[in-house]
Formats: sequence, C-alpha cells, structure tokens
Amino acid sequence: MSVRLPVKKTYKLFIGGAFPRSESGRTLELEGHNVARASRKDVRDAVVAARKGFADWSGATAYNRGQVLYRLAETMETRASALAAVCSGRREVARAVDRVVWYAGWADKLAQVLGSSNPVAGPYFNFTSPEPTGVVAVIAPDEPALDGLVARVVPAMVGGNAVVVVASEKHPLAAIELAESIATSDVPAGAFNVLTGLRAELAPVLAAHMDVNAIDVTGAGVDGDAAALEALAAENVKRVVRAREEQSPYEIESFLEMKTVWHPIGR
Amino acid sequence: MGAVEKQRTQLPARDGWEYAPAPESREIVSFKDRYGLFIGGKEVTPRSRSWFTSVSPSTEEPLAEVAQAGAKDVALAVDAARGAFADWSSWKPSERAKVLFRIARVLQERSRELAVAESLDGGKPIKESRDVDLPLAAAHFFYYAGWADKLEYAFPNRRPRPLGVAAQIVPWNFPLLMLAWKIAPALACGNTVVLKPAETTPLTAMLFADVCRQAEVPPGVVNIVTGDGSTGAHLVRNHGIDKVAFTGSTEVGKAIQRELAGRGIPLTLELGGKAANIVFEDSALDQAVEGIVNGIYFNQGHVCCAGSRLLVQESIHDQLVRKLKRRMATLRVGDPLDKNTDVGAINSKAQLERIEELVASGTEEGAEIYQPPCRLPEKGWWFVPTVFTNVAQSHRIAREEIFGPVLSVLTFRTPDEAVEKANNTMYGLSAGVWTEKGSRILWMADRLRAGVVWGNTFNRFDPSSPFGGYKESGFGREGGRHGLEAYLRFE
Repeated sequence: MSVRLPVKKTYKLFIGGAFPRSESGRTLELEGHNVARASRKDVRDAVVAARKGFADWSGATAYNRGQVLYRLAETMETRASALAAVCSGRREVARAVDRVVWYAGWADKLAQVLGSSNPVAGPYFNFTSPEPTGVVAVIAPDEPALDGLVARVVPAMVGGNAVVVVASEKHPLAAIELAESIATSDVPAGAFNVLTGLRAELAPVLAAHMDVNAIDVTGAGVDGDAAALEALAAENVKRVVRAREEQSPYEIESFLEMKTVWHPIGR
Repeated sequence: MGAVEKQRTQLPARDGWEYAPAPESREIVSFKDRYGLFIGGKEVTPRSRSWFTSVSPSTEEPLAEVAQAGAKDVALAVDAARGAFADWSSWKPSERAKVLFRIARVLQERSRELAVAESLDGGKPIKESRDVDLPLAAAHFFYYAGWADKLEYAFPNRRPRPLGVAAQIVPWNFPLLMLAWKIAPALACGNTVVLKPAETTPLTAMLFADVCRQAEVPPGVVNIVTGDGSTGAHLVRNHGIDKVAFTGSTEVGKAIQRELAGRGIPLTLELGGKAANIVFEDSALDQAVEGIVNGIYFNQGHVCCAGSRLLVQESIHDQLVRKLKRRMATLRVGDPLDKNTDVGAINSKAQLERIEELVASGTEEGAEIYQPPCRLPEKGWWFVPTVFTNVAQSHRIAREEIFGPVLSVLTFRTPDEAVEKANNTMYGLSAGVWTEKGSRILWMADRLRAGVVWGNTFNRFDPSSPFGGYKESGFGREGGRHGLEAYLRFE
C-alpha cells in the first residue's frame, strides 16, 4: 500500500516582500509548527523595509490603493480554506474578507470625509487633507486570530501607511497566512511585514524604534504591557493607537496626519 | 543690478530715516500688586503660601506677584472644574455658545488693554500683540462659539460627548492666544478646564480671569493655576483630569506622554519645530524676503513654527542673502511698546542664554554669522536679528530649535533635494514654499512632512485652519473642525 505524506509548510517571517527565516536562526514550536522566532535585528530590518514600502504605498493614488486592497480581498477569498485552517473557521474568513472590501472602498473617500476646505480671513485657498503617518507597528490581538489582525492592519494600510506586525504568540500562523495573500495582491514590498516570535521580546523594540511613527497597542490589552509600550513610544512622540470602534473611517483616521496648505490667491 | 545693490548695502539703512519714538501708553493697564489663583470663579490665596514675581523682559521691572500653585492648589482647581462639569455639560449648547460669544466680545472690547499687558509681560512688539495676538484670540472664541451647538454635524455618524476636565498647559510665546486656542474649543465641546499659563507670562491669563467674570462664565468652568514647571507636573499627575493638552517644548511633551502612559487619558501635543522656508529661483524675491523676515523674526523667533531654516535655490543664493541682509538692517529692535518696533525683547534671561549658546555653536562649527548694526537698550534681554550662511545640515543651528531670531541658510539645486533637506529633521510642524509656479507649491506641499505648509506666505494663522505637527512636533490639531476632536469622546 502506497503512502503519500502531505507537504507541510514552513512558516517564516515576511519582510520586504520576502519570506526569510529569522536572522538569528531561532524557531519556536507554536500551533504545531516551527515558527520563526524573530530577533531585534529582524525588527530593525522590518522597519527599514517598511520605510521603503511606505514610499511606494503612500505614493500610489488613493484609487490605486483601493484597488490593490480589493485585490487582497480576492486573494484571501481564493485562499479561504488555508486561512480557515489557521483561525476559527470559514465564517471568520468571510468576515475578514468583507472587512477588507469595506475598507478598500474608503481609500478614495477619506479626504472628502475627513478633510476640509477652510474659510480663512485672507486671500488664500486653505485646505486640510489626511496623509499617512508613516511606519506603523501593530501588536496583533490574539483573538480572533485572523479577523482581529485584519481589523487593525487594514485601516492602517488604507490611508497609505506601511505596517510592521508583531504576530500573536498564540496564533502566529494567521499572520503568516495573511502575508501569503498579501504577497500575491500587488501590495508593494515592505508595505506589510510580519514578525513572529515572543511579543515581550519584539514589541518593546518596535515601541522604542526611532523610525516608527505610530504603534497600535490594541493587541497588547490594557494591562501593564501596553503601558510600558506607551512609555517607550514617547521617545519619539509616537502616536499610540487603540481600537475605539469595530469598523469605521475614524479607525483609519487614528493612523493619519492632517496637513493644512495655504495656497495664495491673486491676480 | 548687482552693483546698485552692493552700493545700497553699504549705506546704513537707518541714517536719515530715524523714527521718532511712538510709544503706546501703558496707562490703560493697571496690574494689581498680587494675583491669587482663579479657582471656582474666585481669586483665591494659594495654599502653598508661595509667590513669585513676573518681570518685564524689556525693562526687568517687576510687574506683579503671582501665586506659585502647589499640589494642593492644583487639586482644588481640578475639584472645582469637576464640580462645575455636570452642570456646564448639560447646559443647552446654544447657551454655552453665548458664553463663548461674550468672551470674544469682551476680548475685542478690552483688546488695547490686553495687548499692552501682553507686550509688557512678554516683551513682544505692541504691533504684534495688537494686530495678531488679540484679534486672533477673539476670533478663536468667536469661531468655536459657533460650533458649540453644531457638534453633531462635525463628525458624521458619531455622537459627540465632552470628556470632562481638561488640563491645559500653554507656553510663553503667545500667552493669551494659546490660552484661547486651548479654552475656546474645550468649552465649546462642554468641558471644564484647568489652565496653567507659562511661568514668565502669567499676567494676561489673570486678566482673562476678569474677562470670564464679565462674560459671566459659570464658576469652576475656567480655572487658572499659575506657577513653574512643577505646577504643570502636579496638574498632569492629578487623577481627576480627563484630558491633557500641552503646547511647549518637545522635551516636556515627551515627559508628559511618558507620565500619562497607561492612564488612558487623551493627549494632544503641540511641540517644537525647525521649519524649512524654501525659496525657488522663480519666486518674487522681494516678497520672499518679506516672508523670510516674517518667518523668523516675527515675535523674536519665539515661534514653534518659525521658518528657522532657509533653503535657497543655489542660483539665487547670493542675491537673496544680499537682499535679506539689507532688509535686516531696517529692522527696529527695542521697546516693545513702541509702535514702530519690529523685534522686541527676548522673553527671559534663560531663553537668551539658550540662544547665545546655540549661536556660539554655529560660529564654532564653521557657519558664517551676520548681524546688522543695532543699538540695544541697556536694560532687559535682547538679541540682534541674526543670519548664518554656509550652514551644513549637521550643524546644531540647522538641527536644534533655537526659539530666537536666528536664521540658518542652506542651499539646494533641485526640488527633490529641497524636499529631502526640508524633511531631514525630527520635527514636522510647518514649512514654507516660495515660487511663482502654483503647481510646484502643491507638488512640494504633497511631499513635505509637516502639518502646515504655507505657499508664498508664512506664519499665517486662522481659527478655521487646523494647526499641528507631524513626527516629534506633536499630535492632534488645533483650529478648525479638526480642533474639536481633541475635546470630545464619541458614543
């Protein structure tokens, strides 16, 4: 009787559009797999990649970003069974895919809803428009494994930010599976990066990193953990973000800057 | 053209054009000998039993004694604000609006008095306090008054609610205007406030307490605690507050952010800057020179968004610097109360020393200094308008906020290089672009990592125009619809 063994996947990091092992050579056995245990140096590499990715991603037109994110929904849909295997199941995948579609549509509407033209008392056309803040660190929530991550990462990306995710220690595979969908979705290399490993080892390095502009601590909970990250974030005045609403353009706004331009008017 | 200009630069511009003194009368202001704290609608003696003197930076004369609020005083102020919150936040919004409109009117009616007080206590030229600080402060209250009963139209699909007690700390460069930027939106949104003015400029805030009396602001809605940095620290550490808004140095801003870590208190920070003022070769040069001067010498350069780095396209560097130096020679430095004064006194001795230290570093690091001939008053704290040429990006004077009348000139060749140099800073508050090409203004504006970009102008402010920083210049916006968000939570 012939036996065929299934080909098992090696779960690695996702940095700058590639899937490298940790430079440290370390792994952890999590969810039945050897998952890369990223190091401080991997964190720094991911931030460098994100800074590059930020230029490409924020430089794309809003319409283009919307289309690319819609394509992410498509690639997630076709990989639904792989994604379902690393979260609570098909229903969670469906929720996550629908969420991506919802946010994708916001890309070219943000400026109209969140921006303004301002009636200043002088001969200037004065307007305020949203811009991405830059490189955003996201501490992934543990639950729900896939949709919880999507609910934090996608609002950060819609506005043009590049993200570096510290995957959940409990469910790291969802983050890597999501990276595989992203890798085939036309999201530029570096706009989305995933680090797996020990949160206590990685998150503080990101929180203190001088080239990270914002940190989402939703996944760190409200315990002393998040407080310690917040204190580190002050080192370069990072924006510290927490989820306020389930799904909303204001969740996107948390990762945006408002730029006001005074343009002269004259004959 | 070059030759003609050269000849003109050699002429001391002042000769034959000396102005007669035109002092604004200070009779209109009478400071009390001593100001207590403004808590619960009353002036109270500080529990700390401690006082300090506010002096005029232009004459070093003592103006009044002011209370040094301690932890207990701050706690009483927060309690008063807490006590007033339930009632104030349940006022009909249209009536709350009227209180703000009244404040705006009283500020307009007393603007001469307040402008003179501001110049006396802070050292800024009367023409600035009269034409900029006061009109803008009144306009800010007028603008936010109108929002008070329209908040549900500001944020689609959200239900806005006030936060509670807002702790607000303001700096010494625009004492009353920054007070207005803080208090107007907070009150419009239904919050109550405890405001701490800067140590060196507390007096217009104490006069504002009297404005509150005239406008019949309910007791406890506005509380003012004076003191040094320790008073601010007590305020931020107090557990009765629901919001912190701070304008000041990046260093203190970081300390506040650290202090609030894990407390879940919304924070907005408006911090330092090192703005690039970028001049292209096709710009209207004389207009640009005015903008450069306004950008860095306005308010003695005590402006967080000051255009302290001049980026000049290489082809016009020599010509522009020549014109700039000639213009600098006409700046009148001296008595803040003289209506012809362009540059007033440095706000404090400590600030003067900081400026002197950084200017010394500029010379040591190899930049070339120019200061126009200038007679300074004997008493008080003064610094001659200064420009450095041959500045490298690595020089301290190109990286650190000087907060004084000191300009660093750097050059660029291409728009891309201008963008790269402009963004090469930890700050990101403002930037200026001078060119006759509208498309280039917008192309540059897209790429500059700064919260405010001025095209063919600089240092313009308006209550409807959101203001605030990128990067280490802080977060949150003041002014406009966006300015409301800092004082609301959403259900």
